[in-house]
Amino acid sequence: MQQEFHEIFVKYHEIITLGVYGTAIGLMLIGLYAVLMKKNLVKIVIGLSILDAGLHLLFIGIGYVQGGTAPIFSPGYEDAGSKMVDPVPQALVLTAIVIGFAVTAVALSLIIRLYKHHHTAKIDQIKSLKW
Amino acid sequence: MIYIAILIIMGVLLLATAIFAVTHRDLLFAVIATGIISLILSLFFYLLQAPDVALTEAAIGIALTTIIFVITIRNTTRDEDEIIDKKNEKL
Repeated sequence: MQQEFHEIFVKYHEIITLGVYGTAIGLMLIGLYAVLMKKNLVKIVIGLSILDAGLHLLFIGIGYVQGGTAPIFSPGYEDAGSKMVDPVPQALVLTAIVIGFAVTAVALSLIIRLYKHHHTAKIDQIKSLKW
Repeated sequence: MIYIAILIIMGVLLLATAIFAVTHRDLLFAVIATGIISLILSLFFYLLQAPDVALTEAAIGIALTTIIFVITIRNTTRDEDEIIDKKNEKL
């Protein structure tokens, strides 16, 4: 089944590449719309997280090699180095996921502090410069 | 051919869930839609031969991010426009 899977992946590589890139860029555009146009602060952080997701998908799509296997050396696959997918974008995305979680946590804690002070979470009603 | 169909269906589902998460007024529904985006994204990573990234995305994206968003919504407000909350404290 794995062999058949890879044959199909090689055959329809163009469609897969176009689909993955299109989905990633669409996700990034939707997230950018939410960041720029929404008034609610929680909605803005949701948009930021969607933008992050699109960026991660774009990176993994760039690192994908036609018909490659996962970049893991296992017994019996010692010569698999030439047909692996690129492991460098995967390591970058692995770090970026954790950093994105930390950024989300900091932003949400700031939102809670702002709400306790101003009793609103909408950016067009927070008018004071100091808090 | 079935894998191509699965990938295309997953891509369309991903974009539809993202649009739902951005446009829906109830913030709790939007946060749950964000968790579903992470779920489909981890399936994408598995199909693109990145199983370690898929595991990390499943753990952090689905569980932890949803939990901290729900804590924030509980401490602030659930309605995006804050109209219903000020009248009777509940949506």
